[in-house]
Amino acid sequence: MAVLIGFVGLLACQLLGELIVKAGHLPIPGPVAGMIVMLIALMVRGRVPDGVRFVSEGLLKYLTLLYVPAGVGIMVYFATLGQNLLTIAVTLVGSIVLTQIVTALVLKALTRKRGQNEADCS
Amino acid sequence: MTPAIDQLWVYLTSEPLLNLLLTFVAYMVGVTLHRFFRGFALFHPVIVATTLIVLTLLGTGTSYARYFDGAQFIHFLLGPATVALAIPLYDHLGKVRQMLFPIMSACVIGILVAAVTTLGIAYAMGASHELLMTLAPRSVTTPIAMGVADELGGIPSLAVGFVMLTGAVGATTGPLLFKLLRIDDPAVQGFTMGLSAHGFGTAQSFSTLGPVAGAFAGLSMGLTGLVTAFLLPVLVMWLGG
Repeated sequence: MAVLIGFVGLLACQLLGELIVKAGHLPIPGPVAGMIVMLIALMVRGRVPDGVRFVSEGLLKYLTLLYVPAGVGIMVYFATLGQNLLTIAVTLVGSIVLTQIVTALVLKALTRKRGQNEADCS
Repeated sequence: MTPAIDQLWVYLTSEPLLNLLLTFVAYMVGVTLHRFFRGFALFHPVIVATTLIVLTLLGTGTSYARYFDGAQFIHFLLGPATVALAIPLYDHLGKVRQMLFPIMSACVIGILVAAVTTLGIAYAMGASHELLMTLAPRSVTTPIAMGVADELGGIPSLAVGFVMLTGAVGATTGPLLFKLLRIDDPAVQGFTMGLSAHGFGTAQSFSTLGPVAGAFAGLSMGLTGLVTAFLLPVLVMWLGG
């Protein structure tokens, strides 16, 4: 039963999310709204039910498998990819490296400052 | 082929079973290769599985639509998996509240840098509007990226390809940059990996940077997806789309 409850919980939150997005004409995907619904439900309940945790951890463990069917769709766009190969390669690598450098340095600076403040107070 | 085997083949290829099985087996081959090459990111199970499946489909002359008839059962689970991202987020709610300001600032700044550099570099190199809108959501996890690309007027299934490439590249460059920049706090490492390389970065964090990095990667993957879904459409509108 626990596994069933877990699945029902996830699907019910997704359904609620889809309904909220459709009804409110929101610019976000339904499952994302479902994730917020789930987060609020967990905060109200105060703990993660065993079944929900079991099913969720199983799904997240194989998250990368779930990308595969959509990823295979790239075969339809080989022509587009080939024409823009250099643009795509430079954009991806350049943007990823810059994003990682800035994110890591910003978070490091902000958390260190905080750590120092706490040390000063004590 | 004898008629009997021929008929059997026609029967099997018309059923979803074969393509569903192909997806699982290709992924298992990917996992095995990935272990063999000690987690080298370009041998990521997804990259290996996708390559194997595309080659098989091209070799047997199977269309993507036919393949997807079977694979859609796996694809469907992306929805509940996105909802499931709420669980790591909830687990670390205490830490999130405690580090709320640094985390939210780094998250918003990181997303802006990712979006602006992506659009800027691609635009400078002469990419079309459609390609720009397909590249824009590349740093968030697949189901969110597909929704956002669709929203912006990009091509959802091509966006998935960029998401996967981003994950593989980001999971490789991240640890190298941390060494270069002397970033040794696992929370900072994991957060950066999850923000820039979503699910791939999270998997890589758990396996090579430790459990704290893994938890923060999962957290930032969920948070980044959430914030991006709200922020990117607004940003694109503001930049003149």
